[in-house]
Amino acid sequence: MSSVRTTAPSAPGPDPQVAPPADVRSLWRLRGYLRPYLGSLTLMLVAALGGVALSIGIPLVTRAIIDGPVTAGDLSALLPLCGLALALGVLEAVLVWARRWVQSGAVLGLETTLRHDLYARLQALPMAFHTRWQSGQLLSRATTDLSAIRRFSGFGLLFLLTNAVQLVATTAVLLHLYWPLGLVVAAASVPIVWLSMRFEKRYVVVSRAVQDEQGDLATLAEEGAVGIRVVKSFGRAEHVSRQYEQAAGRLLETSLTKVRLAARFWTFLGVIPNLAVVVVLALGAVGVGRGTLTPGELVAFITLMLSLVWPVSSLGVILAMSQEAMTAAARILEIFDTEPDIVGGTRVLERPRGHLRFEGVGFAFPDAPQEPVLRDLDLEVRPGETVALVGATGSGKTLLTALVPRLWDVTSGRVTLDGVDVRELRLENLRALVATAFEEPTLFSMSARENLTLGRSDATDAEVAQALEVAQAGFVHDLPYGLDTRIGEQGMALSGGQRQRLALARAVLARPAVLVLDDTLSALDVHTERLVEDALRRVLGATTGLVVAHRASTVLLADRVALLADGRVTHVGTHHELLETVPAYRELLAADAGTPEDVPA
Amino acid sequence: MSAPAPTDPTGPAPGHGGWRGRLGPADGEDDAEGLTAGTTVGSRRLLARLLRPFRRALAVLVAVVLVENVARLAIPYLVKEGIDAGIPPIRERDDLAPLLGIVAVVLLATLLQAVARHRFLVLQGQVGQRVLFEVRRRVFRHFQALSPAFHDEYTSGRVVSRQTSDVDAIYEMLESGFDGLVTAALTLLGTAGILLYLDVELGLVALACGPALALLTNWFRKASARSYRVTREKVALVIVHFVESMGGIRAVQAFRREPRNEEIFDDVNDQYRAANLVAFRLVSLFMPGIRLVGNVTIAVVLLYGGYLAHEGQVTVGVLAAFLLYLRQFFEPMMEISQFYNTFQSASAALEKLAGVLDQRPGVPEPERPAALDRARGQVRFEHVAFGYVPGRPVLPDLDLDVPAGQTVALVGTTGAGKTTLAKLATRFYDPTGGRVLLDGVDLRDLASETLRSHVVMVTQENYLFSGTVADNIRFGRPEATTEEVVEAARAVGAHKFVSALPEGYDTDVANRGGRLSAGQRQLVAFARAFLADPAVLILDEATSSLDVPSERLVQQALRTVLADRTAVIIAHRLSTVEVADRVLVMEHGRVVEDGSPAELVGRSGGRYAGLHRAWADSLA
Repeated sequence: MSSVRTTAPSAPGPDPQVAPPADVRSLWRLRGYLRPYLGSLTLMLVAALGGVALSIGIPLVTRAIIDGPVTAGDLSALLPLCGLALALGVLEAVLVWARRWVQSGAVLGLETTLRHDLYARLQALPMAFHTRWQSGQLLSRATTDLSAIRRFSGFGLLFLLTNAVQLVATTAVLLHLYWPLGLVVAAASVPIVWLSMRFEKRYVVVSRAVQDEQGDLATLAEEGAVGIRVVKSFGRAEHVSRQYEQAAGRLLETSLTKVRLAARFWTFLGVIPNLAVVVVLALGAVGVGRGTLTPGELVAFITLMLSLVWPVSSLGVILAMSQEAMTAAARILEIFDTEPDIVGGTRVLERPRGHLRFEGVGFAFPDAPQEPVLRDLDLEVRPGETVALVGATGSGKTLLTALVPRLWDVTSGRVTLDGVDVRELRLENLRALVATAFEEPTLFSMSARENLTLGRSDATDAEVAQALEVAQAGFVHDLPYGLDTRIGEQGMALSGGQRQRLALARAVLARPAVLVLDDTLSALDVHTERLVEDALRRVLGATTGLVVAHRASTVLLADRVALLADGRVTHVGTHHELLETVPAYRELLAADAGTPEDVPA
Repeated sequence: MSAPAPTDPTGPAPGHGGWRGRLGPADGEDDAEGLTAGTTVGSRRLLARLLRPFRRALAVLVAVVLVENVARLAIPYLVKEGIDAGIPPIRERDDLAPLLGIVAVVLLATLLQAVARHRFLVLQGQVGQRVLFEVRRRVFRHFQALSPAFHDEYTSGRVVSRQTSDVDAIYEMLESGFDGLVTAALTLLGTAGILLYLDVELGLVALACGPALALLTNWFRKASARSYRVTREKVALVIVHFVESMGGIRAVQAFRREPRNEEIFDDVNDQYRAANLVAFRLVSLFMPGIRLVGNVTIAVVLLYGGYLAHEGQVTVGVLAAFLLYLRQFFEPMMEISQFYNTFQSASAALEKLAGVLDQRPGVPEPERPAALDRARGQVRFEHVAFGYVPGRPVLPDLDLDVPAGQTVALVGTTGAGKTTLAKLATRFYDPTGGRVLLDGVDLRDLASETLRSHVVMVTQENYLFSGTVADNIRFGRPEATTEEVVEAARAVGAHKFVSALPEGYDTDVANRGGRLSAGQRQLVAFARAFLADPAVLILDEATSSLDVPSERLVQQALRTVLADRTAVIIAHRLSTVEVADRVLVMEHGRVVEDGSPAELVGRSGGRYAGLHRAWADSLA
């Protein structure tokens, strides 16, 4: 029996299930991305600070108008003062425009660059990374997280600065105008800031809970959609619906907690400045009545104070935004920090012969190092030869083929091509030399041509046609727009057999020194399979081939057969030799199963 | 748009430009469908339907929001009263009473507003969240009720995005849109009214900015509707390319696709940036535009108001109130730009959801279901006709009787109609002509639960749900005991590998089967079907991803498991056919040969005999 597994994951790199801690350092590490926009950022900051000055300046002009022309009866000053107010007002609008205009270009540039780098890095990360991360988790980093960073760098960061400046400057002006009232305002902002901080902490916790539960719900929605045929087959719609509703109910409860928390906070934020207005009005009116304050000053005071409402109350939003951006930065850095551990060497095979050797190869998945899939495996495929891999389900045949183009790296031993360890070859060179037709073919939502020329974008139409011919995939020419027809999820739907034939054509077209066929013909009917095999025989005559086979007919494409069992190659020989001498092989392939004498009735 | 169009109608040169390929004249984006400015009939009806149960809560909500806005709008007026009526008594006789009275009212108004605000936020949140719950519940159930035919065409990606991004869009609207809209409307109307009440002349001067505001808002609304649509299209391109690159990373890396992918990604990424830039710049014109109108209005009010005050026609308090009100007047206008897109996307989302909810299930439930407690398993096709596309029949006219307990194998080339036959027998589709009967009862008269308990299909598509292996085997019969689960697994030969898993039957199959191989997943799917113990079992290419020993195990199991039940087996591999009592060779939707395997092999010149010979040769 298998030993007790240790729970500690020994896999390298970050765990997609665990949220990284958010701190300022993660954001700070992304500062390099701001460098091209330093000019823009400076301009934005200047414009924003100018806006602060104006938001203080305009009420002061109002004061001058009320205390001058209105109260003192000096009408001659009215026009110039109003002209000043108008000029300041226009200037303010221009500054807002300038800030936003510049900001748009800068933050979108930043976001686009980050997204590019993220994409490039993800493409470079090995299968070991991608098997653990679902594309949905990666997508949310490329969209939601990047937007959070964009919002913060364009909006949050700027207003964190300017709001602080406005808060300090306005309070100073207020204190200067009439210090007792200034003190009232300053005192009012203390509980707001303190509460904002506290609220923000609790809010982050609840928000994250909501996010997690939304994720769970999305998973259930996806299962309900992808597994719909199974659900239908077993008549279990009620069961999955109830499951979904329970999860939705949990989300509802958590969301209501969030609503209550937010309602209390926003109300509080709204009521404090209004209470301050009450106090200011009471004390200010008394001040005006007793002559310690002018009417203009009182109006300016109230206007200025109200202009503080937004900077103060938005503090919570901005703090939440910063928190979000920090988390987002941390999540993105997780990916940037994962070094691609499959990197190419420096050597290039100029004239490859296609001599493939597995020497003492061992392999275990990173999260199960105790359970090797392959151990001390030896196999040689001579130039031009085709070897079939035969073995029971789960014996590691597909994995063995993935070691050649280094989709995975061996954990011990080595794989050599023409005597050179594949790890010493440049990755582009190696992968140009080896082409694989996968059992589950991947098609992209692009033109058929783009899908076919995946491995050789410079292929001519004649070469494409030839590859289609080999793979019996002539149906492509009959698609509505021929090779330009979009296929894949967002395009024309193709059958499993058609998809496999395209994948085969794709591999053939790459003209590799080593051609790997991973049970590529499983979805074809007997007739088509035979046609494909005839054509393949010609192709394999010229290249080295590694063929994963489940059926005798596919095995016959090969010159020799290697039998895999317990992570090793136990026997190598021709099909007939193995049939005669190896009982295990006979059991796997002999009568292709099911003859009456094999199966007890 | 300055970005190049992604689809080049002139036919792309290989390698460049036309990577996306062409799909057809209706080459529209999913996200763009039904995305017109403003709400459309379907979305409005759905919203009304969803809100109906909350009529009372909504009435309270409206009352509360009115109270809140009245209290809020009263405050500047009270400030004016404080200045005009509170100050003179102090000045004249140091009488604080009038001022304190007014201050008390302001305090009251403030507290009232706070209480109303709190009530409003809680109520709005509650209604919004409950509506969302209801949307989720309905949409999920509806998707479950729709036929596989619908799902085939709609694709799971769209099903998921209906339930995630569209629901999110509605959430955004419910969270911020309602508040924003109502408050904005009330503020605009209320402020205009109060300004006119305070001073008609000055009020009219202030409101003269109205046409400018209307023009600006109207321009923005139209321009942002256009740019919003472009942005949605572009982001969809980014997402599709991103997801497909990552989902197909094995092929990407194996074929050194990275540079070309990066090129394409840069292209779509930049198109998205350009589209966003247009949208952002619209806002960066609109917001300061409103601010400009506001500031000009304030300057004009200062000038004219100052003059009027100087002339003694208005008081300082009125002037102060005007300035305070005008501040409030322009702020909601700027917010409109924030939630306008929210409205648009919510409206589009509602439209799409309404479209889904309006879909009638292709295979409707019977109004008066027939009872069929214990099925014997006789399946009959009577003059059954069926085609996926009108005018192109897949089955022109099929007659077939499968007696209870018989095992029938269907053989024939791709497209002969074998899978279609299976789908009709399981009522994934309804025939366009004739009828399909189970024990003499038309399938259309059976409740789906009854039908599904008697007829189960296993396909190549061996989907596993998140949860343990045992959960998955138990899927069709949740009440099964652990012993029964193990027994089912044993019967199909899955027990050996399952017990070798780290946690045996309790191993989580997370990540869609995770490290289970295709064959192993298939065995689990088999165990699932056997445990469900149906009277009719349909196997559509169910053994094709098994290796030979596993397939043999399954076949051994089949002999015992199928002994007392009806079975229809579709297989490419003729080895599978050997277990059958009867073989049907199909071609172009018709049965061309019908007999026992031995009988058909012996028929000289027969199709099955030919296939069998070819197969036997391939084993040599």
